[in-house]
This record gives sequence, structure tokens and C-alpha cells, in this order.
Amino acid sequence: MRIPCPLCGPRDRREFTYYGSDDYLNRPSPDAGEAAWDDHLHLRANPAGETHDLWYHEAGCAQWLRVHRNTVSHEIYGAELVAGRKGDAQ
Amino acid sequence: MGRHMRYSGLKVFTEGLFGNKGWKPAWRTPAPKPEYDAIIIGGGGHGLSTAYYLAKNHGLRNIAVLEKGYLGGGNVGRNTTIVRANYFLPGNSEFYSHSLKLWENLESELNYNVMHSQRGQLILAHSDGQRDALARRGNAIVNQGDDAELWSLDQVRDFAPYLDYEQTRFPIYGGLMQWRAGTARHDAVAWGYARGADRFGVDLIQNCEVTGIDIQNGRVTGVQTTRGPIKAKKVGMVVAGRSSQVAAMAGMRLPIESHVLQAFVTEGLKPVIDSVISFGMGHFYISQSDKGGLVFGGDLDFYASYAARGNLPMLEHVMEAAMTLMPMIGRAKILRGWGGIMDMTPDGSPIIDKTPVEGLFVDAGWNYGGFKATPASGWCMAHLMATGESHEVARRFRLDRFRTGHVIDEEGTGSQHNLH
Repeated sequence: MRIPCPLCGPRDRREFTYYGSDDYLNRPSPDAGEAAWDDHLHLRANPAGETHDLWYHEAGCAQWLRVHRNTVSHEIYGAELVAGRKGDAQ
Repeated sequence: MGRHMRYSGLKVFTEGLFGNKGWKPAWRTPAPKPEYDAIIIGGGGHGLSTAYYLAKNHGLRNIAVLEKGYLGGGNVGRNTTIVRANYFLPGNSEFYSHSLKLWENLESELNYNVMHSQRGQLILAHSDGQRDALARRGNAIVNQGDDAELWSLDQVRDFAPYLDYEQTRFPIYGGLMQWRAGTARHDAVAWGYARGADRFGVDLIQNCEVTGIDIQNGRVTGVQTTRGPIKAKKVGMVVAGRSSQVAAMAGMRLPIESHVLQAFVTEGLKPVIDSVISFGMGHFYISQSDKGGLVFGGDLDFYASYAARGNLPMLEHVMEAAMTLMPMIGRAKILRGWGGIMDMTPDGSPIIDKTPVEGLFVDAGWNYGGFKATPASGWCMAHLMATGESHEVARRFRLDRFRTGHVIDEEGTGSQHNLH
């Protein structure tokens, strides 16, 4: 499996560390309450098919990527830098 | 019960004399009825054992098991068949202890040969710290009422002389042996429970995929299926590997991420590995099947996946671990590799609980541990569905324990789905 890093080009999966669903990007406010934090940290849509998740290019550019891929076929549609996302306040 | 055939050595003998013409199908193939008292979604090991114990222990008779494919076609047919009860934490400890006791009586209970073989499991230690941890774990196992022996290096060497004791990177310091652990014939466990449930009148309905869960005023009223709607006031979701998809039909998000776990088998060899052996410095465990194949597995591929096959990096890791532990394995040829889809929870422990929907129950999140849990999972899920109360040994397997902080993190690796 190769992931197309926007900075480094297509790289072997072994260069990356997987974190999890891109739900992790939508961090609730500290006082959002138990349910919102439970949802953020633990509960997942966990789709069988297309998904977006977070990969760290540890052995490359050391950037976090949001990867668009398929959990059934392992096909990868694309990847974007988490740092470069539009409308991301953080 | 007159139409049911009891299996025995005498029966095998007499059937052999008369051309084996007297064998009958082990279960019926009924059409779904419009309504049942209880529906189990999922005809795998846990779903079938749930149906069996609902009938056997709680007297329910009007039960259906709905399976989208064929019985036992999921993870119960894709595991490495290991049965053990060597957990440490309260919650897991009493549950797996209960499960092992059920295993020990399973064949006479079901009148079915599940080839349960208590050949022992040896976990290896490769440092002083690891040996201390095994001593602590062993004491916990003895305290829960099960068996464990802390072995010295010499004892390990006598038992398994083929391990690589000379290599400097991961020297072997000793091990923890549980003699009552072992293996079982995985498909036979599903078939045995299926036949047992059928004898109590449970309808096992295959090629019947659930496409919707009907809920009115917060209560479950039935399911929609590819073979029409079926009503029921109690529905159990027992579909590890697809838990998130089925729960989504009830509007729920579960604390589960699906990962693929690979396993491999070599060509058949003469008897060489007596027990289950677990490497302590990499995720690698091995046993020898009764056909002679060396069956072994490794760790997750570490990223969410529903592909029932793995990728090469983890295959490479497993082969490296195998060669590190027992160099002789390099002479064997790998026949097959496959993957199973694991329901990974944020603490590595399972869920047997009610849901926010009245009458809808969930049995999920079995991580790598589902096969050995098959009897107790069904036992406890049946208890929950019949009585509305958690069984004593499964009361910590709560759906909301991540929110409340009552996690059961056996490996102590933290609250992330792929770290367990």
C-alpha cells in the first residue's frame, strides 16, 4: 500500500504511523461535556468503504496527513496535509 | 426430539457397516416465521451459542438466528483456535475463567466433537521484568481458580528444545505455562452449537441479511431482512466484524474500529510443537493443528480495514518473529495466509450490554479474543437477553465504560482502538 504524500510523493505504508479516524480533528471544547468527549475519543462510524483517517509521515516529512481511502479494497484516493486544511481554526 | 440423531462411536461403527446411508443433516433449513420471541443477528460462534443458551438455560423456544451468509462463515472460521484463561484484570479474569470451564464440558454438552485439546499454552519471558510480570500474572490466574506454572529456563528448554536459546537479542528467561489452555476445532464449535440450538427448535436462517432494525418509541419491534420483515421484542446484535454497520441501523455509533488480523498455516508436518507457544518480544504465537500444519498469527496491520486479507509489512514482521523464536520454522513452507476483521475497542476488552433502545442488545468488541470466549459470550448474552440483567461474570463489559472511565485495559496501552 502506498500513500501519496503531498510533500514527498507516493511512499510505502511502512513510512507512516496510523492514528485513527479524522474524528480526532474535531476536538470539542474543554467544557463540551462527557457525551461530546466520549463521541470524540471513542465512538466511531467505522465505515466499510470510503473513509478519511489520519496518518503521520514519520519516516518522511513528519507531517500529519488526512488520507481518503477505502477500508474494503485498500484503494487510496488521495491525501492532504492536516496543516493545510481550509477553514481549520487550529 | 425423536428425529434427532445422537452421535456416538457405536453410531459411526454401525453406519460404516451400512454404507453411511443413515446420516441426516445436522440442522433444519427453515423459512423465517413472521414473528419470534427473540432474534439473534449473526450466525457465527457467539450468535449460535447465544441462541443455544437462550433455549437451554432460559427455556425460550421461539428463537431465530439470522445469518447473511452461511453459519460459521465469519471470524469463527478465521481464527487461530486458541482457548485459554490467563487474563489478569477483574472483568476479563472471571469471564474467561468461566468460559474455560464451559469449554471443558462442551463436547458432552453438545454431543459434538469440537476437538478441544488441552495441550497447554506457554508464554515466554525475555527479560527479568517480563518474568516478574509473568509471576504476577500467574498468581492472579491461580487466585481466579485456574492453573499457571512459572517455569525456569531449564524447564522451558526441556519442554521446547527447538527454540533459539543462544541468540543475544531476545534471550529466553523462562515462561508461564497454563496446562488447561489449548486449542479446538473452530468450525466444529459453530456447527456443534448450531446443531444443539436446532435441537431446541431454534430456527437457523441462512442467506438472510438484516437490512434494518425497526424501532418505535424507543423500543425494538423487529428487523427488516432480505427475506422480508420479522417481528421480535428482543433482538441481539452478535456480529463482531460488522458490529458498526449493524448498530448504525439502530442509529448508534459504537466504540469500535475494525482492523485486520492476519494468520498463517504451513504445510502439514509430523508432530513437532506440543502446545501453544507465545513469543514475548513480538506478537507471534504458534500451535500445530491436528492435520500437522503449524498455525500462527501476529499483530494487527494497525490501520482500519475490512479486507479479509492482510498486507505484506505485517506478514514480514510475523515471519521475522517466527525465525527469531524458532529458526527451524524456516524449513517449513507457508500454505496460506488470511485475515479476520477484528472489532477493536479502545481498551481491548469486549462489550455485552443493553443499548439505549429497549429490547436491543449488543455483543461485540471481541478484539483478538473472540474464539475462546465463544461459550461464555453466548452464556452471558443469553442471560442478559432473557433476564434483562448482566450476568455476574460479564457485568463489567459495559457499553458506556469508556465514557465513565471504567475501562478494562489488559495491556495498559491507553484509550486508542488499534493499540490493543
